[in-house]
Amino acid sequence: MSIALSLPARASTDQPFADHLKRRHRREVIFIVLGIMATSVGLIALAMLVVDLALSGLTRINFDFFTNFPSRRASQAGILSAWVGSLLVMLVTASIGIPLGVAAGIYLEEYAPRNIWTNIVEINVSNLAGVPSIVYGLLALGLFVYGFGTGRSIFTAGLTLALLILPIIIVSTREAIRAVPWSLREAAYGIGATKWQVTRDHVLPAAIPGILTGVIIGISRAIGETAPLVTIGALSFIAFLPPSPVTGTFPFISFAWMFEGFTVLPIQLFNWVSRPGQDFHANAAAAGLVLLAVTLMLNAVAIYFRYQLRKKLKW
Amino acid sequence: MNQISIDISRATHAGASDALHSADIKVFGRDVDVHYGTKQALFKVSVDIPANAVTAFIGPSGCGKSTFLRCINRMNDTIPTARVTGVVNIDGVNINDKSVDPVQLRARVGMVFQKPNPFPKSIYENIIYGPKIHGLARAKADFDAIVESSLRKAGLWEEVKDRLHDAGTGLSGGQQQRLCIARAIAVSPEVILMDEPCSALDPIATARIEELIDELRQNYTIIIVTHSMQQAARVSQKTAFFHLGTLVEEGPTTTIFTNPRDKRTQDYITGRFG
Repeated sequence: MSIALSLPARASTDQPFADHLKRRHRREVIFIVLGIMATSVGLIALAMLVVDLALSGLTRINFDFFTNFPSRRASQAGILSAWVGSLLVMLVTASIGIPLGVAAGIYLEEYAPRNIWTNIVEINVSNLAGVPSIVYGLLALGLFVYGFGTGRSIFTAGLTLALLILPIIIVSTREAIRAVPWSLREAAYGIGATKWQVTRDHVLPAAIPGILTGVIIGISRAIGETAPLVTIGALSFIAFLPPSPVTGTFPFISFAWMFEGFTVLPIQLFNWVSRPGQDFHANAAAAGLVLLAVTLMLNAVAIYFRYQLRKKLKW
Repeated sequence: MNQISIDISRATHAGASDALHSADIKVFGRDVDVHYGTKQALFKVSVDIPANAVTAFIGPSGCGKSTFLRCINRMNDTIPTARVTGVVNIDGVNINDKSVDPVQLRARVGMVFQKPNPFPKSIYENIIYGPKIHGLARAKADFDAIVESSLRKAGLWEEVKDRLHDAGTGLSGGQQQRLCIARAIAVSPEVILMDEPCSALDPIATARIEELIDELRQNYTIIIVTHSMQQAARVSQKTAFFHLGTLVEEGPTTTIFTNPRDKRTQDYITGRFG
């Protein structure tokens, strides 16, 4: 007892200890200041970007801007075909990229034996994440447009972007699965669950919040992509909408829209920004604001789902 | 097959001279070797586990007692680098045989782990998960009955009956461990393996679990790995002492603790190492 009490008492009155302690606290303050500075660089840059876009583009944002097709006259030009195209392409991308990526991630992490082949697959998946997006465009042009004959369509675009985000989703799925404690798997194995039951009933529910984070990053990346879509031949001026997926006659659902030409928001934006004239630049800024808003909205939806799923877990 | 029949005769022969061994042998291991990668963790372990009794595995850290425990429900199968050879026999069947399905085996041999590991779900869902995947019940009333009887057997019913749909992870450590025992009981196993079930618990929760183990041995064959020699002495009828991956000595708990044959056993139980 006396030892335990006297040790810190002696140490705190010790001059070298006290000096050292002061230095230690000072370093803490220095790091906090550095951290705040580092954080604000990103925040300020983003804020300036948004303010700049808003100053030049906000006046163009009105109801007509969303419901008008592009036009030769800047004041009448709108983004109807672009935002519809973006949403439809994202729909295809998400419905192909997410199941494929998550399934591959689960297989690689939970099922695949650890050997040279899985190592090769693993290295390739990580490398895919670093392949420039325009290269995906070239691949898609050769494989889908000419090889499979899917045309310069929404379907081809969705497929291309699905490939692009596949490695992101695979890697984040694997990391989320790896973070699930082994003791949870043992608990399920211990009462006789099969591997698939362990995976479906316990590992996946615990990993889904992390997987969704990867999905958010992937979709946000895909919605801003321009280069691969230009490569496969997205249109830049388009004054019609693809046919509606819901029809009045049996079977009420049509997939014809998938095989239409399209444009997307970033291409429309690029198209306007490359034109001379202040008016079109304002349109570009407005389209940029919309693109930002759509990205944020998609993220918000995913974050909401993640929150709901996390709440269901009773850690 | 030939070897197994010889081994059974050995077991019954030993039983004739000893009151405890005259009980049925529920589980036995013969020449069990376990490798993790290139490292051998278990060397030719042979041990008999009597039915409806508590058998304690004791020994210093890394001696292989948990490794052997995990051979009894083939939990080592879940570790890719693990390789198990030899015979582990339950009710006359070698469970290492290819024809034995580990999923079915684990429904008969339950396990309780060192750290309480309830599922991140409600107490109710924790209990019914096993019966549900094995198709032991369909109607809600059946599940309700399983939940109540399992929790009663685990001595947890009175404490949680009003909050069955609260999170299992919200319980105290000792309650969580009893929930894990109830979860194991819910699939009506014959053998329950316990891997240091009290090492994360305080003395009062430990005492509660030990009482429970004593009650459970009426209906189940229990094997408990423990670091605490006092615990082994308190709860078990039979004790096996492991050291450096070998089984040094097995026998009635009173004999092991009062009159061990091997010097290593004596040194360990008197606290000279371990």
